[in-house]
Amino acid sequence: MTEYLLTGITFLPVAGIAALLLMGNENARMIKVAGMVSACATFFLSLFLLADFDSAAGGYQFVQSALWIEGLNIGYVVGIDGMSLLLVLLTTFLTPIALLGTWNSVSHRLKEYTMMVLLLEVGMTGVFVSLDLFLFYVFWEAMLIPMYFIIGIWGGQDRVYAAVKFFLFTLFGSLLMLVAILALGLYAAGVPEGSFTTDLRTLIDAASGMPAALQLWLFLAFALSFAIKVPLFPLHTWLPDAHVQAPTAGSVILAGVLLKMGTYGFIRFCLPLFPQAALDTAPYLSALAVVGIIYGALVAMVQTDIKKLVAYSSVSHLGFVVLGIFSMTEEGMQGAIIQMINHGLSTGALFLLVGMIYDRAHTRLIADFGGVARVMPVFASFFMIITLSSIGLPGLNGFVGEFLILLGSFKSAALGSVVFTVIASTGVVFAAVYMLWMFQRVMFGPVRDGGLYHGHQLKDLSVREIAALVPIVILVVWIGLYPSTFLSMSGTFARDAVKKIEEVRTGTIRTANMNLLRRP
Amino acid sequence: MNILVPLIVVFPVLGVLVLGFLGSRIKNEKLIGIFGSGMVGLSFVASVWIFVSMLSWDEASRRFTVELFPWISTFTSTSSSLSVSIAYQIDQLSILMTLIVTGVGFLIHVYSIGYMHGDPGFWRFFTYMNLFIVAMLNLVLADNFLLMFLGWEGVGLCSYLLIGFWYDRKFETGGYKPGTGWAGDAAKKAFIVNRIGDVGFLLAMFLMFNRFGSLNFDTVFGAASVLSPGNETILWITMLLFLGATGKSAQIPLYVWLPDAMAGPTPVSALIHAATMVTAGVYMVARCSVLFALAPATMTTIAVIGAATAVFAATMGLVQNDIKKILAYSTVSQLGYMFLAMGVAAFGAGVFHLMTHAFFKALLFLGSGAVIHAMHDEQDVQKMGGLKSFLPVTYKTFLIGAIAIAGIPPLAGFFSKDEILWKAFSSEYGSPFLWIFGVFGAFLTAFYVFRLVSLTFDGKPRFDSHKVHPHEAPRTMTVPLIILAALSTVGGFVGVPESLFGGNALEHWLEPVFRTANAKLGLDHHGPVLVEYILMAFSVGVAAAGIVFARFVYLKRQDIADSLQARFSSLHKLLFNKYYVDEMYDGAIVRPTVRLSEHLLWKGIDISIIDGLVNGAAKVVAWSAQGIRKWQTGVAQVYATAFLAGILLVLSWLIFK
Repeated sequence: MTEYLLTGITFLPVAGIAALLLMGNENARMIKVAGMVSACATFFLSLFLLADFDSAAGGYQFVQSALWIEGLNIGYVVGIDGMSLLLVLLTTFLTPIALLGTWNSVSHRLKEYTMMVLLLEVGMTGVFVSLDLFLFYVFWEAMLIPMYFIIGIWGGQDRVYAAVKFFLFTLFGSLLMLVAILALGLYAAGVPEGSFTTDLRTLIDAASGMPAALQLWLFLAFALSFAIKVPLFPLHTWLPDAHVQAPTAGSVILAGVLLKMGTYGFIRFCLPLFPQAALDTAPYLSALAVVGIIYGALVAMVQTDIKKLVAYSSVSHLGFVVLGIFSMTEEGMQGAIIQMINHGLSTGALFLLVGMIYDRAHTRLIADFGGVARVMPVFASFFMIITLSSIGLPGLNGFVGEFLILLGSFKSAALGSVVFTVIASTGVVFAAVYMLWMFQRVMFGPVRDGGLYHGHQLKDLSVREIAALVPIVILVVWIGLYPSTFLSMSGTFARDAVKKIEEVRTGTIRTANMNLLRRP
Repeated sequence: MNILVPLIVVFPVLGVLVLGFLGSRIKNEKLIGIFGSGMVGLSFVASVWIFVSMLSWDEASRRFTVELFPWISTFTSTSSSLSVSIAYQIDQLSILMTLIVTGVGFLIHVYSIGYMHGDPGFWRFFTYMNLFIVAMLNLVLADNFLLMFLGWEGVGLCSYLLIGFWYDRKFETGGYKPGTGWAGDAAKKAFIVNRIGDVGFLLAMFLMFNRFGSLNFDTVFGAASVLSPGNETILWITMLLFLGATGKSAQIPLYVWLPDAMAGPTPVSALIHAATMVTAGVYMVARCSVLFALAPATMTTIAVIGAATAVFAATMGLVQNDIKKILAYSTVSQLGYMFLAMGVAAFGAGVFHLMTHAFFKALLFLGSGAVIHAMHDEQDVQKMGGLKSFLPVTYKTFLIGAIAIAGIPPLAGFFSKDEILWKAFSSEYGSPFLWIFGVFGAFLTAFYVFRLVSLTFDGKPRFDSHKVHPHEAPRTMTVPLIILAALSTVGGFVGVPESLFGGNALEHWLEPVFRTANAKLGLDHHGPVLVEYILMAFSVGVAAAGIVFARFVYLKRQDIADSLQARFSSLHKLLFNKYYVDEMYDGAIVRPTVRLSEHLLWKGIDISIIDGLVNGAAKVVAWSAQGIRKWQTGVAQVYATAFLAGILLVLSWLIFK
């Protein structure tokens, strides 16, 4: 039974889409309820994973495998380990929250909108469960389409520019990845007794003897695609535009889940397939990550639009995740994984909050606000908690990830220098600067023009909005005070992932000797 | 006993949860106040219980740890990876700190019931105050660096929330552009400046974990104690930890946030920005005495920075007119003394001064709160005067606090400050120069605090008595004042030095905590008693001179003050404007960073260069497509001509190749 569970979770939203197709356009409430029911059902189904998941076991669990394209040995293979378990749960958790939090934000073409969100969920879950590179690629690209429409149809003023930019940036990277996937398959066909395949597990074995030069090229092709998705400096400029233009639910999912695709890809594919290349490039990618941490924070600081500020803060936060991954230590890896979840929760919540105030005041400019804490005290309390989570206050979730990442990168032998950590650590000061400065300008100070903001009266949060935020806040505190629940799920995975890299680094596993980057 | 330890923390946690979730619905102010104070009171009772039991135990069992649950661990089942628990450690030092935090905290909570009366944010205030107690207790009770850091940043958060408590009010920033700050600005400044120090703390933890594979006090100190002084890693660790301490405890160069922090309600200034939180840095150094003892260079740095801060802050306190600002600079200065003590390896003396300072500075702040309360939110001492007849209780208690801080025997401040001065002079790590700084600071202290007393309570009223009718504060406020005055009077007797035929009980109590450090430092030297008497007499004389001089100038000959101010007007301006340090930081760091980020990074690199390239590439495609598109005219003759030309080309190539 459990082997169908992942397929069930992945495609359950399709049932919702089918139901929506049969519905008329008139009854908005019914459309919303149908979308919500479908998303919630998916979430509850995904909770069954927790019951049967064995966190002590290595390898993949809930594996379902079937041949898909016979001649090419392409399979439908799904399965999860500790890392993907957490990310699948994040996806199924955030989708209903995004729908609930933006209940009344969309009225134009509501049915299509709801369908797109559900379709997006299928794509995202699919990416996290695929163990076949071809299948992964299909989901990876499939995810782009609904997001493109969500930004392009329901977005803000410059939505078309933003949607096209988002689409082209991502497509550019993923085409190179497709080439690399094919090359990998062909390489696997070339090893003794090998044949063309895209099955990840087979490929990892096959690639273990790959010459360093080829490793490096294929690694770079994958890495470029993932770096754009992260986004890693300097490939990040699609992000602020996409976020600012996307409707709230789009931003929540984009920040909450889509931004994890890149870092997930690094861990899932780049590290096990090309360990030597990953080791060789680790200092360079970490340098970009560290630049991103500081750069993202500094640029976030001078933004005038709250949403854009949050978007740039993502560049900074994801820089931490990349740094953790390429520290190639257990602390760094665990920190990176938990930080992906943390960023999904807190930045997702921040976009929800920004959406809530935008729905009321129809502006997102920091300068248009001030004294909101007096008018909307409940909103201000939630905003404060999430802000603190975002700046990594100990006791809330963000700190756990940041601390593990910095600790890992500090002791990292792969990076070989503490400079990365020292510079990255100053990021916690800048994070406090941009978040608290924004918070102060929006929330503190005197109430504006007799309570009118941009000509609108601000009402405090409704029960529905609070209901969307409370689950996030619970997790924020939970991860902050008792992260063991989550860290224990991915512990075995992190240990095995790091062990393999470590063996390559210390030479236990001998790879072909050519090392392009360190050649004189 | 093991259940009592977590209870110390659980009570205020309960306070936070109940008040945080239900506070806005409870309409009865008294209920909130009693509940909030009661939780801290219960916590105090639990700590007293433990302390009293400890008195009867032998030395070895006075130190024990209670582990609650695992906190951050990598779960990779590798022995070298991180694993940290929420665990509390009771020992002679942490129980003392707990008593101070919960005891003084309780008094200030009670005082706040009167002080915050009628404030619409009453419940919010008590929630934050309880949260502060929770964080501070975690800081002092932690058995590892990471949990200490949780408390460390937690108290910073509460400080932020409470400085910004009246976030829609302005406050006097002082200096050359008065009245320009929002409370929110001050709150943010406090948090950010603290965070700069926290980076030091973080990096120190990374170094420690890298070197010792653990963040537990026992493991780290145990592993460090076999090292010899001058170890480079330890040097870095202690320097970085001290950077953290300069932020939290407002020392040069990160002291700038504390004077602005006075924008918060006065009980906050008393509890957080005088008695407890700002002493966290001192506590941390004391806790890590083993590490610091291994780094002589760091010790010297601490002593020098402490002594310099003690004098530097006191000079600024000389000329301020805001009653709370004067006390704020005084706090910075007194914290300097504590660090001076740490730096000359007089750990016990530093902790002693931490304790007495908690009593008399909380007293002075709460007294100033009573004055502000009576004067309807007036804080300028130039607009007060003659208040002693209106506020007899406040005046008497305030006077006791003032004498205590000035260092006149036999009040609490005398014993602790004198011990620091003596150690600064006699310790192998001290020097006569440090002593001179300390004594000069003591003179300034006596002067500014009696300038404050004279301007506020003595002389003729300088306010409009038709508009302002000062009245004594309610009992909830005066009773804590009286208790603190009593503590400021007798608090010093626990540390009477042997030279004055005292038992120095506190030092003996704390001795086991600092034993390893003292052994490392090889301290056993006490100095000749005669010299000690001479120095003691001298410093008391200096303090008395400061008092007499201040009273003479501000009561009898105001003209001297005016003429001095006129003659040294540029010096006065320099002091009044706080040496322009805020402006320097603003001009040298803050503004350039903002400008660089906006113009170079965002508008330059992001928009012009990166997006310019991206959009440029798109434009090239669009532009070339525009050009090529024109060839598709749709006119058949043109296509036919093109065919013909093509055929001719191919033919000619075939023929003439």
